[in-house]
Amino acid sequence: MIAGITIYELFTVTSILFFIGVYGFITRKNLISVLISVELILNASVINFVVINKYLYPDILQGVLFSIFIIAVAAAETALAVSIIINLYRQINSVEVKDIETMKY
Amino acid sequence: MNYTYVLLIPLIPLAVFLLLGLFNQKIKPALSGLIGVLGLTLSTLFSFYTAFQYFFVIGKVNGAFPSLGQKTVWMNFTDTLRIDMGILLDPISVMMLIVVSTISLMVHIYSRGYMKGDEGYTKFFAFLSLFTFSMYGLVLATNLFQIYIFWELVGVSSYLLIGYYYTKDTAVAAAKKAFIVTRFADLGFLIGILIIGYYTGTYDFETLNNPEGSAILNWASTSFMGLSVLTWALILVFIGGAGKSAMFPLHIWLPDAMEGPTPVSALIHAATMVVAGVFLVARLFPMYYFVEEGFALQIVAFVGAFSSLFAAVIAITQTDIKRVLAFSTMSQLGYMMLALGVSGYEGHEGLGYMSSMFHLFTHAMFKALLFLCAGSVIHAVHSNFLKDMGGLRKYMPITNITFLIAALAIAGIPPFAGFWSKDEILVAVYEHNKLLYAVGIIVAGLTAVYIFRIYFGIFWGKDRVYDHAPKESPFSMTFPLIVLAILSATVGFIPFSEFISPDRIGFEGHINIPLALVAVLVGIIGISIAWVFYKKENDLASKAADRFGIFYTWVYDKFYFDELYLYITKNILFKGIAASAAWFDRNIVDGTMNAIGNSTVGVSKKIKGMQSGRVQDYALAFVTGAVLLAIVFIYLWTI
Repeated sequence: MIAGITIYELFTVTSILFFIGVYGFITRKNLISVLISVELILNASVINFVVINKYLYPDILQGVLFSIFIIAVAAAETALAVSIIINLYRQINSVEVKDIETMKY
Repeated sequence: MNYTYVLLIPLIPLAVFLLLGLFNQKIKPALSGLIGVLGLTLSTLFSFYTAFQYFFVIGKVNGAFPSLGQKTVWMNFTDTLRIDMGILLDPISVMMLIVVSTISLMVHIYSRGYMKGDEGYTKFFAFLSLFTFSMYGLVLATNLFQIYIFWELVGVSSYLLIGYYYTKDTAVAAAKKAFIVTRFADLGFLIGILIIGYYTGTYDFETLNNPEGSAILNWASTSFMGLSVLTWALILVFIGGAGKSAMFPLHIWLPDAMEGPTPVSALIHAATMVVAGVFLVARLFPMYYFVEEGFALQIVAFVGAFSSLFAAVIAITQTDIKRVLAFSTMSQLGYMMLALGVSGYEGHEGLGYMSSMFHLFTHAMFKALLFLCAGSVIHAVHSNFLKDMGGLRKYMPITNITFLIAALAIAGIPPFAGFWSKDEILVAVYEHNKLLYAVGIIVAGLTAVYIFRIYFGIFWGKDRVYDHAPKESPFSMTFPLIVLAILSATVGFIPFSEFISPDRIGFEGHINIPLALVAVLVGIIGISIAWVFYKKENDLASKAADRFGIFYTWVYDKFYFDELYLYITKNILFKGIAASAAWFDRNIVDGTMNAIGNSTVGVSKKIKGMQSGRVQDYALAFVTGAVLLAIVFIYLWTI
């Protein structure tokens, strides 16, 4: 709990972060940028976990612990995604989203 | 009293079947024959021991033979209606044990010689064991459902053995015909069983057959189209029995079944399986007798009488010796049915029932002997037809003598077995119905004629020259002939009426001298006719055939019943009913399903362009949807 800052202000910040992530996910042309946007979304939710834990249930620690799990999973996921992207680059010499649509239907 | 050893009687053949069937390729033929014979010997010994225990050690309890055995619940339908599995020992089942085991053992021994060198030797013995197991199960069954299960099992073994020479088209067709015709009859049996189960609430023979039981006392409580439902059920059950026992008009499969190996014909299509129908009626005899004052029993009597006459007439004209014997079997089965049909229940009234079982017993012996002799002859001359035989008495003395004994037995000449049982049947019929008695006497004469026709045709007649001189069969084949010949000559002296009667009390049997004289006289006349026509080569027979002209052809072609059935199935069933059902299936049922599938494919083809393959489009759609749902649930759907 931070003195002078209400929970609404923090929610506003995380919401802005979340929607920046969503916007980036939808509009970026480069797969790496898309991956970064996903990280933004995850971080927004991690902050939400911590904020809700600290402001509403100060006596327990579940939310904080959960956020640590999410960070670990996000790291693993990023490693996986980057390796996929590298492999993709070796196959088609591109990391552009528009080039990866051959698997439709 | 422990009945475990009775259980072994059917289980040993089952074990032999599994052993020979599973290791079909691994077991050497010589060994498999030995295993089959040894297994059957064991179960034969147990059968005889059981019979001895039942009739002489336990004997009568309170003046009547008891029903022994044990059963376990196999399946529960309702609180009262359940299916048991178990064994039931009463006079007729014990008698059937003797018949089945004796004939089966003889046929097993015989087959070791007859089937020698055959490719499927082991398979043949496996099937024989399967059949023997099923037949034991059938006779020991405690209730209608158990008998039905084994009933179908003997049908399957019969099918397998008729079609044993499966490379021959005629054998395959005959096997299919036998299976389909009997299966069709069994449909009646099944419906009958279900009706009995529904209206009496039990399948158990003991409960059903109790003359003071509710099943029999309440027969009049429900009626359908003027008859008690139980009468209908019994008629339906009799249809099943008629199918197995080749009664008119379901007889058409039996002559064709002769395509199987001859030992099979002796075991299945002469001595054991075909009498299952008679056994079934005998098994339910108190029901047949008491329900509706024996209405269903009347039908049994008339069907039996007609079948016996019908078959005897055809038998005179056939040229294939096995077919003559097949029609002879049908005729004798008709006799048994007729005797059952005219039987009463108490004391001496039960003469018909007793004589039917007696004839079943003696017939099994001499008819199996006739078939085995025919097999021996066929083995020697490699043909089924009378035209290829003649004068064989010089080459095959043992077969000649044994065949003669069997022929005398079936013709009803004393002191051979057939005389005693046939005489009892004729007495029973005479006391009941003079018209049926006349039929019986005619059939007795015809029997003597046709059996001595083939006897003289095979062993006397023209002295022909054979390309390969026929020689007497090996000892493994003649031994069963000799044993069965001794039995055919002697079993008539068993005082059957002491042991088997509907009320199980037994009665004093005696010969009715005038009726016996008439029967013997008719038999001798029949033999004399055959003597005149066939003893020496002459043209009397063909002249007689010409005299009858079109009637002869009609009989020779078995009254065209095969053609009639073919016409009905091909033109009415296949073209009329089956074809329209097939059209409905192909166009309506399949059409509906195809239409559903096709329309799904069509729609998906149209809308698949909506998938761009770009992951961001999907994400956009997802986010839009989520936002819209959020708006809906938060702002619009607040109430």
